[in-house]
Amino acid sequence: MSTGTKGTGGTDATSTRDSGLLTSPRSGRAELRTLTRRTLAAGETWVFVALIIIVVIFTIEAPGKFLTLNNFSLTAETTAPLLVMAIGETFVILTAGIDLSVGFVLVLTGVVAGEYYLHNGATNAGVGTIWIGAILGMATGAAFGALQGFAVAKLKIPPLIATLMGLGVAEGISYLITGGTDLRSVPNTLFSSIGQGSLGGVSWQIIISFLVTLVFGAILAYTRFGRYTYAIGSNPEAAARVGINVDWHLVKIYALSGLMAGLAGIMNLAYYTTTTISGHSEDNLVVITAVVIGGASLFGGRGSMLGTFIGVFIPELLAAGLVIVGVNQYWQYILTGLVLGAAVYLDQIRRRLRERA
Amino acid sequence: MTEASTPYLEASELTKHYGSVLALDGANFSAYPGEVTALIGDNGAGKSTLVKALSGAIRADSGQIRVNGTPVTMNSPLDARRHGIETVYQDLALAPDLDAAANLHLGREIYRSGPLGVLKPLHVMNRGEMRRRAVAAFADLGVQLKDVTAPVVTLSGGQRQSVAVARAVAYASKIIFMDEPTAALGVVQRERVLDNIRRVRDRGIAVVLISHNMPEVLAVADRVEVLRMGHRVARFKASEASVEQLVGAMTGALTTEETTTETSATGQAAVNGNEQGAS
Repeated sequence: MSTGTKGTGGTDATSTRDSGLLTSPRSGRAELRTLTRRTLAAGETWVFVALIIIVVIFTIEAPGKFLTLNNFSLTAETTAPLLVMAIGETFVILTAGIDLSVGFVLVLTGVVAGEYYLHNGATNAGVGTIWIGAILGMATGAAFGALQGFAVAKLKIPPLIATLMGLGVAEGISYLITGGTDLRSVPNTLFSSIGQGSLGGVSWQIIISFLVTLVFGAILAYTRFGRYTYAIGSNPEAAARVGINVDWHLVKIYALSGLMAGLAGIMNLAYYTTTTISGHSEDNLVVITAVVIGGASLFGGRGSMLGTFIGVFIPELLAAGLVIVGVNQYWQYILTGLVLGAAVYLDQIRRRLRERA
Repeated sequence: MTEASTPYLEASELTKHYGSVLALDGANFSAYPGEVTALIGDNGAGKSTLVKALSGAIRADSGQIRVNGTPVTMNSPLDARRHGIETVYQDLALAPDLDAAANLHLGREIYRSGPLGVLKPLHVMNRGEMRRRAVAAFADLGVQLKDVTAPVVTLSGGQRQSVAVARAVAYASKIIFMDEPTAALGVVQRERVLDNIRRVRDRGIAVVLISHNMPEVLAVADRVEVLRMGHRVARFKASEASVEQLVGAMTGALTTEETTTETSATGQAAVNGNEQGAS
């Protein structure tokens, strides 16, 4: 409609407007009203408001400490693997699915890459070896995700169970390979580059996670892959009837989530130079929380990458802020829980308002 | 109208089992270009199953489907689509969270190719073009939609119906199946859908209308085919049929057709004879 500006002041404008034909030019006020309604209905608006409130409160409470580049870049750096996993999870949740395996696939990926590095030069491994190990790890993640997607799409196992199953398998394999002891054979070059390195003063962890967000945000919003993702989450039956291969698309979605968890696994391995086997059992819940806070509907069909991006940072900034103002940081969990509840409640209200409209 | 020698779409002896239930029991059906064929029958007569089999949504267990006289297989909606067949399903088959323009193009998005076609493998959608075509398609049908970018869930029942009909009309080159298209509509909207049916027929497209509303059937259809217990029991010219006859055929009081031995060659002769007998 934004292109329909021609003939706005035409003499026949009144009659066409009254008939409500879609080709009629709309008045500025109606345009504004539509825009306002859209803005209020959009999932990102509310989460953005919540983010602003958090930033404002902590900025007032701790002037010159919270709203600093240093605080934000540190938060973004430690949050990077979570953000990457949340991107995959967004696609999954948009199809009305859920992926509980993400944190465990992250660990499995790190273990596979770490094991490869251990036998190929360990800490002195060269760039070629690092790439092979990383690709091996990420391929493992993607394949693992694809298997879960197969279980969901073809075996018709509910996503909750399929990925719960996958979670256990990924965790078990990780422990079997390592015997429960973290691998520390991480190449120095990996640590000094994407682990702790930076480009132009910006940490590689941030660069990678933001770049991946941009790329997959664009894929979600502008490509066929994204459109089919929304369509399947919205009405799988309708998607199938227009010829979309729903099962195959679901396999790809879960493979993507596995791939993202794999990338996060490599980032995590580089950052901590250890496989952190026991440190990711709650990642799945943190990631799902972020996606839902970001406005994605667990019923599928609604959500956005921008929402997820903000949703990831709300709990993290809460935690950082609480530390800075000297409040016991365990309040973070309580506040995050409340924000999550509010997000889902808002979603319900929006749904009701929309259906009445 | 029935002088068209070859039906565009013809089904013979279709059977379909759902477990122990026999939904189609040797069903025959034919639809001719530029004609509205009403497919009627009581609940459970097999209308929806027949439409699904003819539009590729399900596969018949046995029997033959011919397009322009040539036997074809209908394994998926894509097969049907390739033959210019579109369906307006009773549940509309829209994605409620997507807008009208997205629904109109669902599965048939328009893509940008970019300079030297670099964008082609990425399947980047040309949303502006899709919106423009959607606006044109709705205007073409006289559909009133304030905003083609509003999610379909925010539209009224009649508007949703219009979106589904517009989608079928925009792409159907040969046949449109409409499963109870007016069931959820008010009087004005119902008239508009019937107008659309006539308009589509006048373009030379075959329209197959499934309906429970007998006056509506007689008002808009050129021919009527009646299904009962999984097979065709009667055919009428709408201009020569009465509501009583249609109801009689639906309930089994009136049977004008031998179904089990019919072949397509003798079928046409049988129809003519039966129509005389019925009227």
